Amino acid sequence: MIKNIRLAVLATAMIGLLSSVAAIAEDRFIIVQSTTSTQNSGLFDHLLPAFQEKTGIEVRVVAVGTGQAIRNATNGDGDVLLVHSRPSEEKFVADGLGVTRADLMYNDFVVVGPAADPAGVSGSNNAIDALRKIAEAETPFASRGDDSGTHKAELRLWMAAGVDTTSASGAWYRETGSGMGATLNTGTGMDAYVLTDRATWIAFGNKGNHEIVVEGDPRLFNQYGVILVNPQVHPHVKAEMGQTFIDWLLSKEGQRSIADFTVDGQQLFFPNANDGSS
Amino acid sequence: MDGFWSVLGGAFALVFALDPDLMEIIGLSMKVTLTAVFLACLIGLPLGAAVGTFRFPGRSLLAVILNALMGLPPVVVGLVAYLMLSASGPLGPLRLLYTPTAMIIAQMIIVTPIVAALTRQVVEDLDREYAEQFASLGVGAFDRLFSLLWDARYSLLTVALAGFGRAVAEVGAVLIVGGNINHVTRVMTTTIALETSKGNLQLALALGVILLVIAFTVNACVMAIRASAVRAAYA
Repeated sequence: MIKNIRLAVLATAMIGLLSSVAAIAEDRFIIVQSTTSTQNSGLFDHLLPAFQEKTGIEVRVVAVGTGQAIRNATNGDGDVLLVHSRPSEEKFVADGLGVTRADLMYNDFVVVGPAADPAGVSGSNNAIDALRKIAEAETPFASRGDDSGTHKAELRLWMAAGVDTTSASGAWYRETGSGMGATLNTGTGMDAYVLTDRATWIAFGNKGNHEIVVEGDPRLFNQYGVILVNPQVHPHVKAEMGQTFIDWLLSKEGQRSIADFTVDGQQLFFPNANDGSS
Repeated sequence: MDGFWSVLGGAFALVFALDPDLMEIIGLSMKVTLTAVFLACLIGLPLGAAVGTFRFPGRSLLAVILNALMGLPPVVVGLVAYLMLSASGPLGPLRLLYTPTAMIIAQMIIVTPIVAALTRQVVEDLDREYAEQFASLGVGAFDRLFSLLWDARYSLLTVALAGFGRAVAEVGAVLIVGGNINHVTRVMTTTIALETSKGNLQLALALGVILLVIAFTVNACVMAIRASAVRAAYA
């Protein structure tokens, strides 16, 4: 008797599981592997309703660091990749994992730091020079340390500045190994300088005494690209719907929608799909 | 900190206004966690009772393993579940990654050892008490197991609540296999993590307080049911 009840309950549970699987399979949706800056700033909340209304396609965004987004897409766990680290994106396409890469939009990185500015870098528009000063003063610097697009950009800047951060790790150079927001929380908590994309910073709610200290260096340019995951590698990729989404993002309408997105009256992303793509 | 109280007030106002987004998130949290705990009990109760009752080689080792698995790090469970459910993993064809089902599976893996290990202890203690009676009545192995489970049912409710507490507070695993997708796999804990990363610390904290209130309510309901059942049983 008791055994029968258990079997019945188990069977019900299994049917429940399977039916939820079937329901999902019928839905018209795609999965976009993307970065935290696009999600945390609210860009997707602004873009996706317009796209869904026009096409009926639901876009499910998984927001992680660029490194993890690319790894997830490599495993086939996404239909579209929308990230910001051009060398990694080009490698993804060159390896045959993505179909083509298109420039989508850009913004820029800024260095934020305590208003007291212990390294004396405030007002600088030379990122290399500023990082060198921070290293010389040995003032705390909080790094993402998570293989994200921002982390990769930061490492390129340190390399250009000729500073070896590995030996300073744990001393003034602090790798949080977390997302942009968590790193900013750490940075404001320990009065550390942080390299962040401008969109995340403007939308960030826990700025404390921190402000932008370095901006306007052309080396701080931050390009976002969009790639369809290759259906020849992962046959389950929803290539048609994914391409529809990419085409819309790159269209006049999509580009205008990106430009229209503001936080506190400031435009966070600048569409540049038509400036020529690779 | 007067900002905190106004944010907390605002968060509760959302609850009382039945804000659809917040209700959806709370609803999914409950659905995922309660399903996971239910399935974990389905496996963990008989498993724990069997280890607590039957004598077989390797029994002590199995008990130690179950106890140790109570400390499974959710992030590791999430990672293993991701690797299994990923399109490139062995269970990829099921297309379960980034669905509530994936979150239920991950939480079930975390909760089952807790239920099994605590059940083993409860049933073993009870078995010692009943051993002579069982022997004199010549009760069969499975009847013995289920009568022990039945007699321990009130203690086992607390065991289930321990599992619920772990699952409802867990963020590492559901974040990896669920992806924190808005309107699809976003639950209370992943929302708290997201708001924290946006720097909205007070909102995050307010959501945490709401989560605590929900956990309190579930516990209070279960204890009330238990109390009235005990009264009915001994009336």
